[in-house]
Amino acid sequence: MILDSKIPDGPISEKWDNHRFSSKLVNPANKRKYRIIVVGSGLAGGAAAATLGELGYNIDCFCYQDTPRRAHSIAAQGGINAAKNYQNDGDSIHRLFYDTVKGGDFRSREANVHRLAQVSVNIIDQCVAQGVPFAREYGGLLANRSFGGAQVSRTFYARGQTGQQLLIGAYSALSRQVATGQVKMHTRQEMLDLVTVDGHAKGIVTRNLANGEIKAWTADAVLLCTGGYGNVYYLSTNAVGCNVTAAYRAYRRGAGFANPCYTQIHPTCIPVSGDHQSKLTLMSESLRNDGRVWVPRDERDCPKNPNDITEEARDYYLERKYPSFGNLAPRDISSRSAKEACDDGRGVGPGGRGVYLDFSDAISRLGEDTIRERYGNLFQMYERITGENAYQRPMRIYPAIHYTMGGLWVDYNLMTTVPGCFALGEANFSDHGANRLGASALMQGLSDGYFVIPNTIGNYMAGTGGGSVSPDGPEAKEVLDSVRQRVDQLTSCEGRRSSRSYHKQLGQIMWEYAGMARNEVGLKKAIGEIQNLREDFQKNLHVPGSGDNLNAELERAGRVRDFLDFGELLCRDALERNESCGGHFREEHQTEDGEAKRDDENFAHAAVWEFKGEGEIPERHVEEMDFENVKLAVRSYK
Amino acid sequence: MRRWISRTSSWPSGVTSDFPMKLTLKIWRQSEEKDSGRFETHRIDGVSEDSSFLEMLDQLNEQLLEEGVEPVAFDHDCREGICGMCSLTINGFAHGPENSTTTCQLHMRKFKDGDTITIEPFRARAFPVLRDLVVDRSAFDKIIQAGGFISVRTGSAPDGNALPIPKDESDQAMDAAACIGCGACVASCKNASAMLFTAAKAGHLNLLPQGKAEQEKRVLDMVSAMDNAGFGNCRNYGECSASCPKDISLDFIAKLNRDHAKAKLKKLFS
Repeated sequence: MILDSKIPDGPISEKWDNHRFSSKLVNPANKRKYRIIVVGSGLAGGAAAATLGELGYNIDCFCYQDTPRRAHSIAAQGGINAAKNYQNDGDSIHRLFYDTVKGGDFRSREANVHRLAQVSVNIIDQCVAQGVPFAREYGGLLANRSFGGAQVSRTFYARGQTGQQLLIGAYSALSRQVATGQVKMHTRQEMLDLVTVDGHAKGIVTRNLANGEIKAWTADAVLLCTGGYGNVYYLSTNAVGCNVTAAYRAYRRGAGFANPCYTQIHPTCIPVSGDHQSKLTLMSESLRNDGRVWVPRDERDCPKNPNDITEEARDYYLERKYPSFGNLAPRDISSRSAKEACDDGRGVGPGGRGVYLDFSDAISRLGEDTIRERYGNLFQMYERITGENAYQRPMRIYPAIHYTMGGLWVDYNLMTTVPGCFALGEANFSDHGANRLGASALMQGLSDGYFVIPNTIGNYMAGTGGGSVSPDGPEAKEVLDSVRQRVDQLTSCEGRRSSRSYHKQLGQIMWEYAGMARNEVGLKKAIGEIQNLREDFQKNLHVPGSGDNLNAELERAGRVRDFLDFGELLCRDALERNESCGGHFREEHQTEDGEAKRDDENFAHAAVWEFKGEGEIPERHVEEMDFENVKLAVRSYK
Repeated sequence: MRRWISRTSSWPSGVTSDFPMKLTLKIWRQSEEKDSGRFETHRIDGVSEDSSFLEMLDQLNEQLLEEGVEPVAFDHDCREGICGMCSLTINGFAHGPENSTTTCQLHMRKFKDGDTITIEPFRARAFPVLRDLVVDRSAFDKIIQAGGFISVRTGSAPDGNALPIPKDESDQAMDAAACIGCGACVASCKNASAMLFTAAKAGHLNLLPQGKAEQEKRVLDMVSAMDNAGFGNCRNYGECSASCPKDISLDFIAKLNRDHAKAKLKKLFS
């Protein structure tokens, strides 16, 4: 596997301009001869499909939901960063670039991050023009707020529904192209495999979730905008349907998978309440501005009503350990501290896996009305889910899997190691390194979709890459047959266990051994347990009904099948990355006081995994990450 | 300070509810669009009051699998009240009896031990049933494709602050834009009208200066797409707004009527 990142020459601030100038163009009359498949309709996919359609390419866009407007980008609450410096508080493209590289714990690719910071300003302009109702000041200009990991106010937001509003913007642009016929939208369709011809991506095979039809589609290029793999943990803040199948199938067809062990765990989610739990709900990080995190000092106090626990008997552990950042310590650090307190037996709520987030100080200082104004919708959501009133009793929170920084390896053009197959948004690996800062995911999805891919895809199309094959050709047919066979295998398995029970068990293994803290013994154990579970799955799975109609059990079984393989890959990557960085915490590598310890000498690289065949151990390749513009330094939040 | 070693990070398992509920569920079953459909009754035991309505259905489906009965098909995705994919008419109410709530955010503590719960799909001519509780709401997409956008090519936008927009206008647009496109408004209307959805979508864009240029064409095209999709007429019953999980106001319907009349008149005299 050759990893040529194709980083353009020149100083960092000129790379993107140089690259756009030296990139090949496709003349307008020729664009309509090309067809591009876009899988996924979230911020990355929706933006890419709309923009490429505007340029004149013929687009087939696919999503598994009933309409493209439901992709999980919609759930993002907080905001989107842009280096506008509207606040005159010292922000700049270079500062956003710097913060993102540092926040990623020096494991991202500088050139990509700088480009992201550059186009961030265009994203805001574009969204405003589309009618995204961003928050405004009384003078009518755009409002900003600050967000985790930054000292400037550069976050644009639309109440607590920024993702929803940005997605509606992309969806409306997409709908306009659907109306002109430039984009054909295929809803309730799930990509189950990638079609390659002479090593180039030339199509996909999908299953129609409404009627079961399995079909091959061909095109000149394929864009995977299929999100992250957080649901390998079963419980996460992802939508229940989010899955790794598209990306994992591309990996099996030759696309390198980079840094699967980089997962982000968000500190403020509503804790698990019991076995019935199907997903976890995030409570916006902004709550930590006014809430104080604590657990009882003495584990015997845990069952007590928190309001009966005296001030002296409480341990405000974040304030104690990180006096300068206090309750606003970054996500990875806050999450690990919550786990530490619960491991110590001082957790609260069901199973002792929760810590208190207490607003009583803020309420007595500012009044209940102010708190209601700031967080009313969140308190209401908390009340719906837990039945508890957080104005009168501290909230209970616990960390949960939220985002995945790893993904398909891509070069500067966003192309994977399979020519013609591109990966955008959360599905790729390039911009967030080992940890993502708040309000950066929306920025990256839209950057890739609106501004990067329309400029870089020409290099492939106008180069040697263009050219399509027939969906009835031998290559497509072969993939089609293998997908049919896979679906048949799932429906014909005569076992007793539901796919959900396997997914749950896999999630338990992943969370236990590859969650907030990992170590060699645990990861090795996890790999063994996953292999056993997979073997059992193949024998004892039960999928009712057939593949010829709407069958949610079959859909889940297929996704869980791929998660079982992928979970092992994640653990393998975590095992080989013998250092701690960002969201990846190896217990063997910590400082005296329990902080993450990076090993830049040996691990300042992206680990890229190559599929070597069923049952074979995948091969690990590396792309060195060079830091020429940001000096490698220790992240400290003390 | 102490270095730490993981003890366990497990989720609580085997945690059972203090007050498990027994319920009788009357659920709509329909194998495909052409099937005439019928109610099926199932009993379920040990439902936690902390589980969501959809988690209760997950539990039912696991039980049906063991009994050798095909599970009940229903739509869902984000399960946090924002994607608009979940639906269901529960005891006659779209998204169930709790106000301002999607089905995924409805929790079982709102029901009592021993309750009988009737669960149907969203019913409307423009929303054909695909299977059991799953309906096809693509008619909504058709309405948006007719004009629910501002025609702006990527890359051609002026600076975001070039056009100041008064805060209250922007806030009002946001009130309309909060619509999640779930279809509860249609399901709760006895005429199955899509007026609240269309009004929210058109209103969001018409309220903003960026959307003014295309306002007249937008309202005419969206309303005719709505009519063509087979939705009924609006009679101002207001059930739509009462059942809306995002509390979209009836005022937007008044605004759409006004904008539509103006656009029609202008067309007539031009």
